[in-house]
Amino acid sequence: MRWYWIDRFIELESGSHARAVKNVSLAEEHLHDHFPGFPVMPASLIIEGLAQTGGILLGEARNFRDNVILAKVPRMEFHDVAVPGDQLIYSAQLQDIREEGGSVTVQADVGDRRIADGEIMFVHLSTDDPQLSRINQRAFVFQTNLLDRSADNPVPDAAGGPASAAEKQS
Amino acid sequence: MPSSEEIYARVRDVLVDALGLEDDEVTPEATLIGDLGAESIDFLDIVFRLEKEFDIKIPRGELFPENLAAADSGLVEDGKVTPEGIEQLREKMPHADIDRFAQDPQVSAIPDLFTVDMICRFLASRLS
Repeated sequence: MRWYWIDRFIELESGSHARAVKNVSLAEEHLHDHFPGFPVMPASLIIEGLAQTGGILLGEARNFRDNVILAKVPRMEFHDVAVPGDQLIYSAQLQDIREEGGSVTVQADVGDRRIADGEIMFVHLSTDDPQLSRINQRAFVFQTNLLDRSADNPVPDAAGGPASAAEKQS
Repeated sequence: MPSSEEIYARVRDVLVDALGLEDDEVTPEATLIGDLGAESIDFLDIVFRLEKEFDIKIPRGELFPENLAAADSGLVEDGKVTPEGIEQLREKMPHADIDRFAQDPQVSAIPDLFTVDMICRFLASRLS
């Protein structure tokens, strides 16, 4: 299992905002334990999906030169549940960005139902930090074409590598 | 320029939001780490919120300097900050109560220099 809690981006305005989709499926094993007979998307994984949406928005704004690490969730409120068959739309707006880190406000919606909203903070860690040598944020985004497989921005041809994808989005 | 009472009230609100506190937990003398439970990441959160609340820019290290009197700085002896180290603290943290700290300059007491009052004094000087 890979730690991807968004399926694809549907919008990314560099340095401003982003939206991503997470389709909730009964094929996801964790839903059978959470909860038996009453499958709902765990709130913690909604936060993770929101953090991936906001974290990639933040990372892209500095061309992925930092490791963007989820550091703090100052506020998160849940208003409703998401169940199998729902399509969660995660939205993130960049609030602050500086050398040390950044923050975003986020919302999760299913149609016109607000599931959650809150704030998330990230810190920037240097990519040459030995503890982080195995983290490759650029690969996280581009090996899966998270940014490319959107309706308005179809999968690029073979010549379009990661760098050109970043340029396209900026 | 806002009055010192106004600055304090707005700083209190910022800390309540950033640290998940009740209003009455915040006092001018409260230390951010010891009394209010702030952790390292909270300092960046506080800076973000103060910038927004007061519409100012706070460069890195200006309000919350990093690596104060590190063990290898030569400014620490036997767990105490040397007179040179204290002078350096005065330069780096002009809004902290260094006089009180200097009476018993234990390195372990450095985090106590970060108080609510220090933030208010920093802002008063920035906004004047």
